[in-house]
Amino acid sequence: MPPSETLIPEAELQVVRKSLPHDSAPRHVTGSAAYIDDIREPQGTLHIAPGYAPIASGRITALDLSAVRAAPGVVAVMTAEDIPGANDISPKLVGDDPALAVGEIRFHGQVVFIVIAETRDLARRATRKAKYTTEAAVPVIDVSEASELVLPEYAFVQGDPDAALEAAPVSFSDTFRIGGQEHFYLEGQIAMAVPGEAGEMFVYSSTQHPSEVQHLVAHALHLPSSAVTVEIRRMGGAFGGKESQASQWAVLAALAAWKTGAPCKMRLDRDDDMMMTGKRHDFRVGYRVGHDEAGVLQSVDVTFDARCGHSEDLSMGVVDRTMFHADNSYFYPQTRILTRRYRTNTCSNTAFRGFGGPQGMVFAERMMDQIAYRLGMDPLDVRKANFYAGRGRDLTPYGQQVSDNLLHELVAELEADCDYRARRAEIAAWNAESRILKRGLALTPVKFGISFTLMPLNQAGALVHLYRDGSLHLNHGGTEMGQGLFLKVAQVVAEEFGVDMGKVAITATRTDKVPNTSPTAASSGTDLNAMAALAACGEIKDRLFAFIEQKWRVRRDQVRFRDNRVFFGNQSLSLAELASAAYAERIQLSSAGYYRTPIIAWNRDKAEGRPFLYYAYGASCSEVTIDTMTGEMKVDRVDVLHDVGKSLNPAIDIGQIEGGFVQGMGWLTTEELVWDKQGRLRTHAPSTYKIPTASDIPEHFVVKLFQSEGAREKTIYRSKAVGEPPLMLPISVWCAVANAIASLGPGVVPDLDAPATPEAIMKAVRGARSGGN
Amino acid sequence: MRDTIRFIRRGGIVEVGNFDPMAMLLDHLRLEEGAKGTKEGCGEGDCGACTVAIGRCRNGEVVYEPVNACIQLLGMVDGTEVVAIEDLAEGDVLHPIQQAMVDRHGSQCGFCTPGFVMSLFALFHASQGPVTRGEINDWIAGNLCRCTGYRPIVDAALEASGAPRADKFHKASADTAGILQFLADDRDLFIGDDDRFFAAPASVDALAALYQKHPTAVIVAGATDVGLWITKQLRDIPKIIHIGRVAGMNRIEDTGREILIGATATFANAEPYMRAIDPDLGELFRRIGSKQVRASGTVGGNVANGSPIGDSPPALIALGATMELRRGDRARAIPLEDFFIDYGKQNRASGEFVTGLLVPRLREDQVFRCYKVTKRFDQDISAVMGAFRFTLDADGLIRETRIAYGGMAGTPKRAKGAEAALNGAAIRDSAAWSKAFAALREDYAPLDDHRASAAYRAEIAHALLGKALLEAAGTSTARTRIVGRREEAADAAE
Repeated sequence: MPPSETLIPEAELQVVRKSLPHDSAPRHVTGSAAYIDDIREPQGTLHIAPGYAPIASGRITALDLSAVRAAPGVVAVMTAEDIPGANDISPKLVGDDPALAVGEIRFHGQVVFIVIAETRDLARRATRKAKYTTEAAVPVIDVSEASELVLPEYAFVQGDPDAALEAAPVSFSDTFRIGGQEHFYLEGQIAMAVPGEAGEMFVYSSTQHPSEVQHLVAHALHLPSSAVTVEIRRMGGAFGGKESQASQWAVLAALAAWKTGAPCKMRLDRDDDMMMTGKRHDFRVGYRVGHDEAGVLQSVDVTFDARCGHSEDLSMGVVDRTMFHADNSYFYPQTRILTRRYRTNTCSNTAFRGFGGPQGMVFAERMMDQIAYRLGMDPLDVRKANFYAGRGRDLTPYGQQVSDNLLHELVAELEADCDYRARRAEIAAWNAESRILKRGLALTPVKFGISFTLMPLNQAGALVHLYRDGSLHLNHGGTEMGQGLFLKVAQVVAEEFGVDMGKVAITATRTDKVPNTSPTAASSGTDLNAMAALAACGEIKDRLFAFIEQKWRVRRDQVRFRDNRVFFGNQSLSLAELASAAYAERIQLSSAGYYRTPIIAWNRDKAEGRPFLYYAYGASCSEVTIDTMTGEMKVDRVDVLHDVGKSLNPAIDIGQIEGGFVQGMGWLTTEELVWDKQGRLRTHAPSTYKIPTASDIPEHFVVKLFQSEGAREKTIYRSKAVGEPPLMLPISVWCAVANAIASLGPGVVPDLDAPATPEAIMKAVRGARSGGN
Repeated sequence: MRDTIRFIRRGGIVEVGNFDPMAMLLDHLRLEEGAKGTKEGCGEGDCGACTVAIGRCRNGEVVYEPVNACIQLLGMVDGTEVVAIEDLAEGDVLHPIQQAMVDRHGSQCGFCTPGFVMSLFALFHASQGPVTRGEINDWIAGNLCRCTGYRPIVDAALEASGAPRADKFHKASADTAGILQFLADDRDLFIGDDDRFFAAPASVDALAALYQKHPTAVIVAGATDVGLWITKQLRDIPKIIHIGRVAGMNRIEDTGREILIGATATFANAEPYMRAIDPDLGELFRRIGSKQVRASGTVGGNVANGSPIGDSPPALIALGATMELRRGDRARAIPLEDFFIDYGKQNRASGEFVTGLLVPRLREDQVFRCYKVTKRFDQDISAVMGAFRFTLDADGLIRETRIAYGGMAGTPKRAKGAEAALNGAAIRDSAAWSKAFAALREDYAPLDDHRASAAYRAEIAHALLGKALLEAAGTSTARTRIVGRREEAADAAE
């Protein structure tokens, strides 16, 4: 029986759909929630700091570490030659990403050696005593300077976009830039490795992907995976930055522990973290568009040039997702979506909430704006005219049919709710009177495909124990980074057994409890892990049902688990009494659960299939004011309507939407990464890299959940994923800035890059004033 | 002479001696005490995850201010109460701030949460009843959260600010004040030996003597910059002289014509005085750093370390401020602009230290404006900061112009050419404006960096002068700015 059919009827739900606070909230606010750096260190724990060369490209011809070794407190120094196994932390083990660089330097900040010392401070200070002799090469920093690719070109093609472009009544072309983004998880990268007996290694790692850390540590130490255990109770934020890029620090900690025989901890300094770890990919986008006089697309030919950094990392999947979302919510009748993944001498760009999708959508929305401004139409009308619709207008560029389309009704509801048309008129009148300050308004949609596009990742495992006292132990392969995954899965388990949340023990993710796990990523954490937990619960309940039927002659459909009791026939038992009775009859009260996403299939070589189980939808309307003398910008109002299916926990979901919105807003406004010509990141600390702060949020910031019957597919309690889709809602902020610039004159088509920093806004204002468009 | 520091922790007096001069409060809490609730997020005082509250006795009352423990030297907490996140709850009963954060879903990953709670704890104690969203935003401008988007945290703060002010710290405040007064002795503090020490002299004479004896020592006021020399640059600073205990050095006096700011007066303490000079100046001070930075950082320190992007010097130069210095027994005063010689080079002799600043108030015939342009409005360093003072006669002629910019040169610097172009002209004379704009291009040769390009800086310098002239001339009724509107400031003052 498929697990979703075992669900409790909607009317009887007691725990699911409740806005329970985060399970760790009382510990968060008292400081007693332990992150890895807070775990009581085993006696004799040593500390690791990384050393890196002063160049971004070239070779180290000589490295003198004698002063490092002689520095106070130093216990050991390790370089690549001290690694007993594989010197490779690339997620696919393609060998292009060494844990410790050998000879060749590929980016500024690449780790060359580690110092293991009695304290973290002494380790850090010792790293500065290294003497390098180098042959520096001119680093390739930007895609415009790059020629080498980390992976072959890849394209989706539907129809004949070139002919359609020729035939289109109106056409234009343009290029622009989309900046990258630093994750800025508040807890930096950290790992602690504790050596065990017979070469075993226990690793605490702040990672979204414990299984990958396990495998890479095993490779580096030349151990079987079974000798390595990875544990993570909670991360202090991750956002994709700890999917593949937590591995290096765990591997180095394990190497240090292996070398010294002592527990070793490696916590990166914030500046090192920002220099050494990858970010959201930045892009150069070039495109040609053909459409009719009403603004309806006929041909879209777009090329995305991605800066991947020095190695492949996750750039295949990330930039593929740029392609999967280059249409956002719009039907492209004929299209070519081409991607080129460039190798550069910068940190290796990686997963970041949205996983490439946001960049594709920013392109789509910029194109919609441009069509509107060129035709003198309201951008919302152009958007609506291009939405996916019924038969003939429901096929994506990768061939999946959009069969659960909510765009029309969701956008119509938000448009009415936020008073879009009246505000549009009011703003136009205001702008006509205001010479220096200009306001802008934009309403943009989001359609986001849910499932890993790398098919094997769409599986999950869980482990549930029912103890004789009626308490439950829950474990699964998902990791907690603040998103409330542990809480949501626990709500499902509590619901299944009809118990209070306090009866369900939420436990740390460990590779020895649930093996071969997928990363907690692609918004899939709840979809996969709650289903696996549900399956585990179902197994145990099936045994209990059979036990009740055999002992009390009551059929399973007459049994109810609720209010911490089990009701059947005319009687009831506490869960503890039932568990004890079952135990006495030698009924197994523990089960592993497993889930794999049904229906989906994707053949990348042929670019065909159905990669996504379903789509999540949303829309937001933002209003901004810009100062046309300085480029300063303020967000005045935001309204959001977002589809989470039927929510498992509305408070948690709203938290994800608001947080995603603000994070995406930062990406598109104040967050700017700057590398100098020597390839050094100049914005490597919060003093120079500016994520939003409280005053950047408008007082009117209203987020509502779209009410529906829930996901069409059999997702967990008909809920939908919520991690990534909201990240793209604030494209409306960026478009509102463009809208304010467009108000400078009739026919102005703003040439705005992302992020819309004051300087970028001034550039577009200048362009508008000089009639450059 | 005292060779230990003493401070209050959890109601008792803690005495610590024999520590390294570079020891930080955060490391003391986490590594020595084992109190792991306070987190390190950035190690440079910019994210607020390490925020703790520091209690001091002012006018007989205990006042709590938030500080970044990651860049607070341990020695600096001598004579204070240190309150960290573990100290707030009473058994299983959460503090009203903590309870509101739980109820309003104010935490997600939870790593920034202790810092937010501590900042809001300080706000809870600084206010008597409900507070505004704007005040909350200001109190948490130095706390970064990457998960929540802040809305639930602000809601939690709004809710908790309605709770009665009756936590255990309120109940203990008389006792705490008594202990703090007892701890505030007038003995000089010296921990270490002549080669490596943390010293905190109690009088200006002791300071002068000590600094003359150790001219290579680093003088530390708030440590909001020197802290980073230690945590980020990993410099070895063997001799530290903390001036926060020097009697009288934190005084602020308003003579009616000018305001004297002692060298150790913090931004937080100076802010209301600056706001009284002009609302723009008040807003500028409010936008320097964060509550945590302004509670530690000093106006004197911001000036003395000579940064080209310090935000207070251009404004104080435009106002015609004077700087007071002392070496041994010798004191002197110089115009502030003469202090900045070149990038990294100041008019300060070996063993000489800043004792204060004298800031003239505005006269009736003077108009002042200043603007700070940043990527982010709060807690950011200027790409360009411009300050302007026009002295006008009855006919609207400009008798004197003082213009100074930050971010445009290796030091805060006056725009002498633009000033000359305006002097003697009518404030509404557009031809004079044009000459001033042209001269401004010659006054500076700005640089490209991660905050802005040289071209953008030049463009903004022009725009800010334009704004100042527009506003001073009073010819435009249009709104000229997004934030820091003067009419709002005037409303707030009423």
